[in-house]
Amino acid sequence: MAVERFPIEASHIMMFARSVGDYNKIYYDADYAQDSEVGAIVAPPTFVQASAQFDPSYGLRPRPDGKGWMGSGSQPTSAVRAKPQQETTPQKEKASSEGSNRGGGGGGGVLHAEQRYEYHRHPKVGDVLTTTSRPGKTWERQGRRSGKLVFSESVTEYRDQNGELVVTATSVGVRTERAVDQS
Amino acid sequence: MTLKASELSVGDTHTERVVEDLTRTQIVMYAGASGDYNPVHTDEIFTTKVAGYPSVFAHGMLTMGLTGRMLTNYVGDGRLTEFGVRFTSQVFPGDTLDATATVVAVEDGCVELSVSTVNQNGVEVAKGSAKARVD
Repeated sequence: MAVERFPIEASHIMMFARSVGDYNKIYYDADYAQDSEVGAIVAPPTFVQASAQFDPSYGLRPRPDGKGWMGSGSQPTSAVRAKPQQETTPQKEKASSEGSNRGGGGGGGVLHAEQRYEYHRHPKVGDVLTTTSRPGKTWERQGRRSGKLVFSESVTEYRDQNGELVVTATSVGVRTERAVDQS
Repeated sequence: MTLKASELSVGDTHTERVVEDLTRTQIVMYAGASGDYNPVHTDEIFTTKVAGYPSVFAHGMLTMGLTGRMLTNYVGDGRLTEFGVRFTSQVFPGDTLDATATVVAVEDGCVELSVSTVNQNGVEVAKGSAKARVD
């Protein structure tokens, strides 16, 4: 999942900051930001996650034709689903891996287990970032509420228009065997 | 509004209520801004009938974003050098979250914090750490 061009834009930062309930002027008031220590509108700490908007093949966004999407329309899911299979492990595994990039989160879906950021500096309006990702470690354990858990790490580097490293992001996903028991 | 190393002690805490009675609308706002449209966050029918959860639930990254707001309010804008959390429990509509940073170490212009966000039942939903530059 590489993003070739992630422009850091003021209105995107404003919307993102609102979505995390953050109405700090540093995220929308250019005059205020100019006079601040950072000197410009900067991105909130978790903003680089929104680079997904600039990934043309991002799996958690419906395609233009809407086909294959997991969400509900007239039916609980609009995705074309295979005929129900016997619940044998190999087939469940197969179904899980096919659905892994298309969301779901339920029996056999992938949930976000952990996220870490290292800030070499904070992205600011006007930057144009590029990302490269590489797989990290993988490990397994038996979960108490959701069956076997398979963890896998992905490391993404965000570089600016000068090739300088801006943020290093490490994401850990977990594939669950079944939906997390809420009891 | 920046922290001074000389005024910080190990064990100091900063807590903020980062969301009260989380609405589905705020989760939708986060989906739109972040671009993560996984239907388990916004589509009640899919989430209950297909995915098998009692209702839609927040993106882990929304919880982290809310927690990050507490951190930047504490350490100042553009001051964080590291921030990481594990998502230890799911966050559902109606939840109220309190995020706390605790000073673990102060040295060489840098403060090290532990980070914990808990829901209205005292269940920890995110747990991690952060580092920031201080004067």
